[in-house]
Amino acid sequence: MLPVVGLLVRSDLTRLPALIVSPSSWHALRLSLITAALSTLACVLLGVPLAVVLARARFRGVRLLRSVVLLPLVLPPVVGGLALLYLLGRKGFLGMLITTLTGESVPFTTAAVVIAQTFVAMPFLVVSLEGALRGAGDRYEQVAATLGARPWTVFRRVTLPLLLPALGSGVVLSFARALGEFGATITFAGSLEDVTRTLPLEVYTQAEVDIDSAVALSLLLIIVAVVVIALARPRSWEGGLR
Amino acid sequence: MKKPAFRGSGWRSPRPGAKPRMSQLALAVAAVALFAGACSSSDEPSTQSGGSSFTAPAPKGGDDAGGGTLTVFAAASLTESFTALGKAFEAQHPGVTVKFSFAGSSGLVQQLTNGAKADVFASADQANMDKAVQGGVIDGQPAVFATNKLAIAVAPGNPKGIKSFADLNKAGLTVVTCAPQVPCGSATKKVEQSTGVTLKPKSEEQDVKQVLNKVQSGDADAGLVYVTDATSAAGKVDKVDFPEASGAINDYPIAVVKGGQGALAKQFDDFVLGTEGKTELSKVGFGPAQ
Repeated sequence: MLPVVGLLVRSDLTRLPALIVSPSSWHALRLSLITAALSTLACVLLGVPLAVVLARARFRGVRLLRSVVLLPLVLPPVVGGLALLYLLGRKGFLGMLITTLTGESVPFTTAAVVIAQTFVAMPFLVVSLEGALRGAGDRYEQVAATLGARPWTVFRRVTLPLLLPALGSGVVLSFARALGEFGATITFAGSLEDVTRTLPLEVYTQAEVDIDSAVALSLLLIIVAVVVIALARPRSWEGGLR
Repeated sequence: MKKPAFRGSGWRSPRPGAKPRMSQLALAVAAVALFAGACSSSDEPSTQSGGSSFTAPAPKGGDDAGGGTLTVFAAASLTESFTALGKAFEAQHPGVTVKFSFAGSSGLVQQLTNGAKADVFASADQANMDKAVQGGVIDGQPAVFATNKLAIAVAPGNPKGIKSFADLNKAGLTVVTCAPQVPCGSATKKVEQSTGVTLKPKSEEQDVKQVLNKVQSGDADAGLVYVTDATSAAGKVDKVDFPEASGAINDYPIAVVKGGQGALAKQFDDFVLGTEGKTELSKVGFGPAQ
């Protein structure tokens, strides 16, 4: 908490409103919220099946798969950004394929921001879900099945409610990580107002010329993060099973 | 936070419940210690500043005994030339070790005004040196030791046939520049104003080396960089000079930092401003001070 206090003490609160309504910070905030929401959605779509596989599957190499999935947690984000650039960039093998198929290139687009954020944020969702899946075991599912429930019903009525608290915290964690993402974004997606310059990138750009406005923007980012986490995690999720 | 973790481990682990709590406590203590260490180190910065580990190994043993260590904060674009100059200075002054911290000029000013210890500061533009002077960290008058100007960096062989600044607006080209907030970006803006050609960059990078990287990786067809960066990266990029660049010349000032080893710092400044400095700087394409 102390560094945040340091930021607060340093900031000029009277200038805060003026800075927040400036077009560039407004664009950055909007872009940050949209991309973080999209990448959280991508995290859920990709991360939930992955967590189920990691928790339930028993095949050789599942440990290796887990460490690969969790790699972005330990990788410096700039390294992640470089890796994405050499995969999806114009000279990357997947990037070349995309360019020949669609005529578009991935870097320097908003899509690249979402990809970078998803890359760094997904492990948070997978970790919390996998832990919950392992903790819960599959006894409830088995009982439900013996009582005649079909697989889809079991998933919907038993597995999903059991996972809800972990899914909730996983979603919040990955959203927060996506919101604060910097290194992979600036390396892979570049920095251009209203296209790829998210709030953390705007803070960095402003810090070059006007440290006061950078501090104010940092506070804005903190406020947004706190509000989103408070709103996105209603009490019912924390309570777990009713 | 604590409760579910404890419940989980206590339930699963065959060990007595006290064990995980102990390790958690140890972890917390370690974290606090780490945090406290980080705080105190920023309060009283040591002489080994960031980035200095990249300098060449000390040429002789027992260097610390005699003249001590000279810490130089220099703009990132000076990396190649100042590293060479530092070695030459060490050779002339036995017992002296020169350590460098290369970073963006504004970041270095930020560090200096927040109490980082250095003896010499070399900036890539006048604006950041002015900020350092206003911040009260500079001793005496800064002196301009070199100039730099923009050039276009393109892929080797110039496959897109870019010959002039106006060519950068050709359809289908991916152009990357520096953000207007950093020196190379403000130079770009100046050239845009003088030529009446407004660029539509795909990205505004934070520093000139990032622009160079995007050209090297092939994700940008062209980037506006300094002549010196394009020269240093010869072989990986081709340099296209354009006459309008002369309208946006960047001055590089150097100055002695207050509270450091003033006399030795002054000697280093004179060395950079002198013949050796001029020769070394012109090797990578810096122009003479005007």
